[in-house]
Amino acid sequence: MDKTYYNPEDLKKFENVTDFQEKLGKKFFDYYGSVFEEGALTAREKSLIALAVAHAVQCPYCIDAYTEDTLEKGCSEEQMMEAVHVATAIRGGASLVHSVQMINKVDKLSM
Amino acid sequence: MKSLIAQSHSLSDPAVQLDVINNHNEKVKSLDKFENKLEEIGLLPLKPTGIEIFQINVGYMCNMTCKHCHVDAGPDRKEIMTKETLQYCLDALKGTDIETVDLTGGAPEMNPHFRWFVDEVSKLGKHIIVRSNLTILDTRKFENLPQFMADHGVEITCSLPFYSKRRTDIQRGEGTYDKSMKVLKMLNKIGYGKEDSGLQLNLVYNPVGAFLPGDQESLKKQYKERLWKDQDIVFNDLFTITNLPISRYLNFLMQSGNLEEYMEKLINAFNPSAAKGVMCRNTISIGWDGSLYDCDFNQMLQMKTNHGAPDHIKDWNLEKLNNREIVTDQHCFGCTAGAGSSCGGAVT
Ligand code: SF4
Ligand code: SF4
Repeated sequence: MDKTYYNPEDLKKFENVTDFQEKLGKKFFDYYGSVFEEGALTAREKSLIALAVAHAVQCPYCIDAYTEDTLEKGCSEEQMMEAVHVATAIRGGASLVHSVQMINKVDKLSM
Repeated sequence: MKSLIAQSHSLSDPAVQLDVINNHNEKVKSLDKFENKLEEIGLLPLKPTGIEIFQINVGYMCNMTCKHCHVDAGPDRKEIMTKETLQYCLDALKGTDIETVDLTGGAPEMNPHFRWFVDEVSKLGKHIIVRSNLTILDTRKFENLPQFMADHGVEITCSLPFYSKRRTDIQRGEGTYDKSMKVLKMLNKIGYGKEDSGLQLNLVYNPVGAFLPGDQESLKKQYKERLWKDQDIVFNDLFTITNLPISRYLNFLMQSGNLEEYMEKLINAFNPSAAKGVMCRNTISIGWDGSLYDCDFNQMLQMKTNHGAPDHIKDWNLEKLNNREIVTDQHCFGCTAGAGSSCGGAVT
């Protein structure tokens, strides 16, 4: 395989991060497990949010993991893509809303 | 599309399938063995808890050729159970208190003796389940069959791999979703799936791809909401079924480069409680030629009942069969992953 920074096989080693710092690693995974349990939001809704966030943070591991997880949880392709559009809208909107600052500055500097 | 056997595909040979799931490459070879897993939890040899379901595969002929089919069924399959063999089944059933007779295929409706047999089984007072692909009921020849089944109180369990058209048609062929909706509406009209009608209508979900089924209750809720909202369709229950790595689904796994990962996924998800509830413990499967198997999957792998138990319906012996040892191999991991999988859905 070509050398790259990301190797899909590495996802399976995620839990090994506890090797270097067991206490914090364990706390993280316990917390992680609790976050995704059924709660006020369903596990399915949480999985769709995770899929959207995975795209926002552009994590290839999370994209793989939550694509599979949303499929397993019965999400349709349309629902998955709409979740990604939500992430895209927020990311794009976050850039665009800053243009108000640009406009303010233009107003200030212009005659 | 043709069946694997009609294509003379190497994977139509059960020995090749078993070799692939055991020895395909170093990675596959290194995976845990099903027998070892059973031994670890004290379930080896795997024994029946007692036969409650008599599942007859009345023939491999089908009007469809779904991509994932573990039977390798299709219009080109000519194996059909004869009236004589069906009579052996009736004879075997007569002397037992087995309550449920489960008819599968192929499309079981295509067996020319289907109506006669349903009539005879219902005279014995047995509960009958028919596994229907739905689309067969959208043909002229079979249009009266739903009413016939309703008159005999037959429970219908039918395939609908997803609540959306796109995914259903990918697996089962273009147009399947629309036909299935039409037939489900017609079944609803005669009472199937309606509360208090006594006519049970179940749907079967199975993943369209190399992933495992999610939580059965959650999927049932989604199906209920979507089918009611989009189509005004009701049904009673939904069963999630895991795809086992055999036959056409195995072919898909190999062609898509998913074999190793899928096997690994099944094995990592091994659940001891699911292993205790595998369906071969309360089911006997009868092949179109009268051969006996522990389940429909073993039937397709031609792994007959073994260890001194009879292996043909002519030699039916309930006591011996109830005390048999179930024959297993690596495909069995499909029944023990996660919440488990059987013809009645999750087992935990
Ligand atoms: S999955 Fe069912 S409907 Fe599809 S080809 Fe196989 S037997 Fe026929
Ligand atoms: S594949 Fe058949 S024999 Fe194996 S566990 Fe499943 S039901 Fe039992």
